[in-house]
Amino acid sequence: MGFLKFFSKPPAAPKKLPSGSFTVDRDGQIVVSTLPQSFPKALLRDIADRVLKTFRGAQEAQLPLNELVVRYTGFKLTARNLRGAALVFLTPLTPLDPTK
Amino acid sequence: MEERPKILLLDDDPDLLAVYEEILAHLPSRPEIYTATSGPRAMKLLESESFRVLICDLKMPKMDGLQVLSAVRRKYPQLRTVVLTSVLDEQFRSRVYALGVDLFWQKPSTDDEVKMFLECLESLLGRENVGGFRGLQSKSLVDIIQLECLSQSSAVLRITNGPLTGKLWILNGELIDAEADELTGEAAFRRILSWKAGNFELLATDAARPRAIFKSYNALLLETAQALDESAGAGAEDPAKRAAHTLLALMNQFKGIEFLLVAKPGDGSAPDACGLENPKPTSAWAQQTVERFRALADRFHAGPLDQIEGLGPQRNVAIAPHGETAVCVGWHHSVPAEEVHETTKKVLAQWVS
Repeated sequence: MGFLKFFSKPPAAPKKLPSGSFTVDRDGQIVVSTLPQSFPKALLRDIADRVLKTFRGAQEAQLPLNELVVRYTGFKLTARNLRGAALVFLTPLTPLDPTK
Repeated sequence: MEERPKILLLDDDPDLLAVYEEILAHLPSRPEIYTATSGPRAMKLLESESFRVLICDLKMPKMDGLQVLSAVRRKYPQLRTVVLTSVLDEQFRSRVYALGVDLFWQKPSTDDEVKMFLECLESLLGRENVGGFRGLQSKSLVDIIQLECLSQSSAVLRITNGPLTGKLWILNGELIDAEADELTGEAAFRRILSWKAGNFELLATDAARPRAIFKSYNALLLETAQALDESAGAGAEDPAKRAAHTLLALMNQFKGIEFLLVAKPGDGSAPDACGLENPKPTSAWAQQTVERFRALADRFHAGPLDQIEGLGPQRNVAIAPHGETAVCVGWHHSVPAEEVHETTKKVLAQWVS
């Protein structure tokens, strides 16, 4: 039955979670980043966009925020509000990391 | 001549194995110690030798401790299992006990802790000849309390429901005290009984605990069951009223909460909320934020969204997703970030219960 292997896709390798920080201005432009060059720019802008929208949405809902922490099972995103711009930290967490 | 009990030690760190081998050799029962540095190797050894105890680490490459324990509990139900780990997360303790593991120990770091660990292990080795059934599954907390009280036991029952923890003190078949968060006595007992699921473990008796509950356990169980039925009945008449009542109770239970809101995916109806004059904008923001960051997780495989916290000059806020809904908690700005994170988990667990 080995021929069936021709029809099956190899499983996608899990992507390495990013670790580093970046600054985004109020217009969504990435100003400076410590993330590896290989990290997709589009994804970086996507993260920045979501963070800025969240800060703005909170302001509109009368919940002004200085800091935002988004916790996933394997990852933590921390963002500081810099008067409309933002400083974003990306931290991978291992499932057994007691410090998460 | 009595056969020496065999202990299998499983840890991926060979240096640590050597240290534990040395320590365990001093147990009064003088066990034979076998070691393995991987799950598959341990499984091979278990097939070839008859062990009394398996001591297992959790964090290992290839096959982690939970996988090994899960396979071992199914294949060798008579084998006593001990988890020895540096992982402090309460979630793992619950998962490990749910697998039917006998002991969960944090890796001892002081002489006293080593001594206590050895005493527990010696007791476990000695329990082999006592016999009895192991593994209680799908029993309600009421069943467990009745079982302990009817058998005139003395023990401390520790119950965990996610981040929520409670204790029941039973002395000679009488329920003498309870504790859950800041509550004690009957109020704590009622709180614990309101949890719908969880894990329990029996701890050593604490005879010095002063008595705070004077009613019989049967009377208390009956009263609590009646109160829970009445509360469920009231909710059946008007779900909105029940939700408001639940949120208000949660606000009273946890100090520092300024508002509570349950955001649901948009049908335009008013969200269940407490402490907010106009909850719609906050609900919409909470729902959008959850959707926004859930979608982000899908883009780079960060795992499920656990919680979102925002710290602000006026108030702090936390959003805990639960299925389609999200519980949004507004905290007084003086509540520190770490407390916001931990206590929101408890609020969610209590709300789910």
